[in-house]
Amino acid sequence: MTDRNGPILSARGLSREVDGRHLVDDVSLDVDQGQIIAIVGPSGAGKSSFLRLLNRLDEPTAGTVYLEGRDYREIPATELRRRVGMLMQAPNLFPGTVADNLRFGPTQRGETLSLERIAELLDRVGLSGFADRDVGQLSGGEAQRVSLARTLANEPQVLLLDEPTSALDVDSREEVESLIIDVIRDRELTCLFVTHDAPQARRLAGHAMVMEAGCCVTTGPVEEVLRA
Amino acid sequence: MLNRMIDDLIVLGLAQAVVTSLLVVVVVLVSRFQRVHLERESAVAMLRGFVQVVAAGSVLLLLLQGPHWTSIFVLAAMMVVAARISARRAPGIDGAFWVSLQSIVVGSGLVIALMTLVGVIEADVTALIPVGSMVVAAAMRSNSQALDRFRAEVLAHTGQIEAALALGAEPHTTVTRYVQASIEASLISPIDSLRSLGIVWIPGLMTGMILSGTDPVYAAIYQFVVIAMILAASGLTAVPAVLLVRSHVFSAAQQLVLRPGDTAV
Repeated sequence: MTDRNGPILSARGLSREVDGRHLVDDVSLDVDQGQIIAIVGPSGAGKSSFLRLLNRLDEPTAGTVYLEGRDYREIPATELRRRVGMLMQAPNLFPGTVADNLRFGPTQRGETLSLERIAELLDRVGLSGFADRDVGQLSGGEAQRVSLARTLANEPQVLLLDEPTSALDVDSREEVESLIIDVIRDRELTCLFVTHDAPQARRLAGHAMVMEAGCCVTTGPVEEVLRA
Repeated sequence: MLNRMIDDLIVLGLAQAVVTSLLVVVVVLVSRFQRVHLERESAVAMLRGFVQVVAAGSVLLLLLQGPHWTSIFVLAAMMVVAARISARRAPGIDGAFWVSLQSIVVGSGLVIALMTLVGVIEADVTALIPVGSMVVAAAMRSNSQALDRFRAEVLAHTGQIEAALALGAEPHTTVTRYVQASIEASLISPIDSLRSLGIVWIPGLMTGMILSGTDPVYAAIYQFVVIAMILAASGLTAVPAVLLVRSHVFSAAQQLVLRPGDTAV
């Protein structure tokens, strides 16, 4: 079943329990096309665990996720993860050049990323001319930009960002954050991002979901939710 | 010196064992100085090794008088024990015993069977068990090294593996370079053994054959044959071991299940 008019992504009663600990506990959330939702809460609230469940890097112990109305357990994991892209806290670049990293996703489904497209992606993240640069020569901020370009090369429908600026120094953090805002708005991407920084949530998102102890405490417009 | 002091062969052997054990004690003390605690592990390994090899010698004495087919059961039992020992090198990986057993059976079994068929190993208990056990032991070492290295590589590169999965890669693609590194690592020792044969070390089998009156040139050639068999068994074990174990670090839903700690929260 595919519902084109409903939310692009829906979590229903999503839970993950490990060794008796409820990392995520019965969380439901609807994400509409083009919506940007900040997932906020204190450390250990289950924000990253929730995000990992959304592209099935971890298995829910209860509940499920619907992508365009289709239960994600029916979608092959490789296809699901291409459509629901994820940018992690650390860049985790693969050894080789920047271009090698950008090609990785499309190569997995037998597609070749053209040189023009590589140049376009790098230009979008402010790294023009970096295609042949070895990833070992990049700064933290540059590496995270490459990681973003690598995720975008897969043309995901939904972008999950797991505190993508938390591992960077202050200057790089502002730089990468403003780049992310530009890219999301420019491409009208549907996006969920984890942060424990309320001002960052206000800058990036229109909506927010607050988590505590694995549960969803509240959801709504970001100003309303963060004021509460 | 000991052989001039002691006449009884068994007592002489025990005295030699005690003296060589002192060398291990020195290693333990040096390690302790470096805050590496090997006391318990070394003591248990020494005692266990001594009891096992003496028991094996006694059993061998009985087997050497039995029919040839008994070697099959003895070698099969060795493979099972080798798999059990080797599987301990892969804690946290479900099915490590079965992976080890299949790999050791393929690696050592194939080499022993083929070499016996073409006559390199005599189809006789006196040749099959000692030479076969060397091949099984080599397969076990190779399996242990391959599993240990693969596990360490996966644990050290969790971020990159999950990043690749998140980009839509098939699980086996995400660990390709760790598979290669593990196979290479498991073959370093047997390749070095072959490379240094006769220069850095004169192996025991050759020494024993010469002492028992075999032509030294034939003994040397046969030693080369055995080391080559060991290299073959190592490779034929390491490759299936890593290829089989890689699927055990992922779930059916293509999630990495071997991770250093719990899921980040």
